[in-house]
Amino acid sequence: MPLLTVENLTATHGLLHAVRGVDLALAEGETLALVGANGAGKTTLLRTIAGAHRAALGRIRFDGADITLLPAHRRVPLGIALVPEGRRLFAGMTVAENLLVAEGRGRAGRWTMATVLDAFPQLRPKLKSRAGDLSGGQQQAAAIARALMSNPRLLLLDEVSLGLSPAAVEQLYVSLAALPAGGTTIVLVEQDLGRALGVADRVVCLLEGRITYEGRARETTRARVLEAYFGVSSALGAGADR
Amino acid sequence: MMAAPDMRVERWTRRAQGFVVSLLLLALVLAFGPLLFSAGITDRLSELFVYVMLAVTWNLLAGYGGLVSVGQQAFFGLGAYLAVRLSAAGVSVYPALLLAGLMTGALALAIGEVMLRLEGGEFAIGMWVVAELAHLLVNLDPLVQGETGTSLIALDAFSAAARRADTYWAAFAAMVLLLVLVFAVLRGRLGTALQAIRDDEIAAASLGVRVLATKRVVFMLAAGGAALAGALWLATAITFQPHAYFSVQWTAYMIFMTLVGGLGTFEGPVIGAVLFFTVEWLFGASGVWYLIGLGAAALGFALFAPRGLWGAFTERFPERLLPLGYHVVGARAAAAAGGGEER
Repeated sequence: MPLLTVENLTATHGLLHAVRGVDLALAEGETLALVGANGAGKTTLLRTIAGAHRAALGRIRFDGADITLLPAHRRVPLGIALVPEGRRLFAGMTVAENLLVAEGRGRAGRWTMATVLDAFPQLRPKLKSRAGDLSGGQQQAAAIARALMSNPRLLLLDEVSLGLSPAAVEQLYVSLAALPAGGTTIVLVEQDLGRALGVADRVVCLLEGRITYEGRARETTRARVLEAYFGVSSALGAGADR
Repeated sequence: MMAAPDMRVERWTRRAQGFVVSLLLLALVLAFGPLLFSAGITDRLSELFVYVMLAVTWNLLAGYGGLVSVGQQAFFGLGAYLAVRLSAAGVSVYPALLLAGLMTGALALAIGEVMLRLEGGEFAIGMWVVAELAHLLVNLDPLVQGETGTSLIALDAFSAAARRADTYWAAFAAMVLLLVLVFAVLRGRLGTALQAIRDDEIAAASLGVRVLATKRVVFMLAAGGAALAGALWLATAITFQPHAYFSVQWTAYMIFMTLVGGLGTFEGPVIGAVLFFTVEWLFGASGVWYLIGLGAAALGFALFAPRGLWGAFTERFPERLLPLGYHVVGARAAAAAGGGEER
């Protein structure tokens, strides 16, 4: 049984249909890269799965249970955590306090303050710093570490490399690469196609709220994703790979 | 809070322990206020305790919860009004003050159901509308006689000295109770949740924080505290005129005390209240120049010291005097940070 099943999901922003009839299934331990141009609906899809955005139509199942109507805070104890776009750290609180917000609100598991600091050692000397004073790379590491403190089974990562220096992205991906080994299932929204194909098991491309390509990462060429990404007609044929 | 054997969270530091003991000693002295101080000082201290309550509750709402309200005079006025109403209905006068605070807190739960769906400026202005509405509704009560007002005549049964002492003790007990309650809220998981909501609601909800429930608790506590302050102010002034109690000046005072003392800190509003009280004591008779001075001071702090007096102090001396923060200590953290204590 898949860990996450999304059935005919539609999500709107007023009159705009940001996500249109998306079907998706994700097995436990899998890493899925969600790619697409700006405005394709990636962030809305991720936020709808996390409960931060209400689904207009369709159904979301997590570990067999229908969670479509559950608010975000009730999905966290089930094992869903979102690292939102723009990091959204609690800027007035210290890094330690940011991490402790999540502690005890999710599940029990291997992630504690000590283990997340092992995974993101760049945070260790910054525990007493205000989160708003960190560099972009440190903030992103803190945002992921904070989400891990709830011991998620499904980690939703939105644009983790956006606005970071190449060195910071490299350091971040070293930490991320180790997560699936611990059993964490990941949905990763990423603009850097090379990075996405490098870490994911599967790739899904969204265009105007619809899936235009889905395939295994190692069988997917960059050119094929780009066709789906920009809605070139030949990409529709690529959907046969699904 | 954490399981790792080589790393733990501590809440108390030695300095915090010393500071809390000093505070307890100060509270012990103040508890005997009417026996130690002159009548004038006892009266003024009762007013100071009310100011502290107002500043602390507004700071809880705005500084920690991010709910900036310009309508807290609604609860201040309702507290005073309900004290008059309960007293007229035969409830003993001092229990009526406490009951008025509790009833207003319960009423705030219903008001919050609507108001907490608003955000930012809409919430701020909406609360002012609530205050004006409460003012108009109170004026409809024949007991109040419109803007003519009424008095808490049950207090006439007490001698002036007994009334002064009882009001002092009631205000002191209410202030201590409120400070302890707010401290407990901020020190607990609710306090962390509250600050997370203030900084980012979506991120907080995505980490399992119950956003609306947390806001409800804080809104109710802030309303109940302001109402209790209003009821106690009535006990010091005796007369109740709706326009005086539902005036926006009360919220302006709360904002002044909090901004000057330090928004979003526990200690700041208390310092702000003491400062405001002192300035009012010394210059309150100066009429319009006193008000101009207050406005200029608030503007100056907003422009040049936005974190207030306590914020400026903690920038130079980062260790907090009250055990509200989290101190991560442990061998691995210490080794990496190059120091013994992480915070």
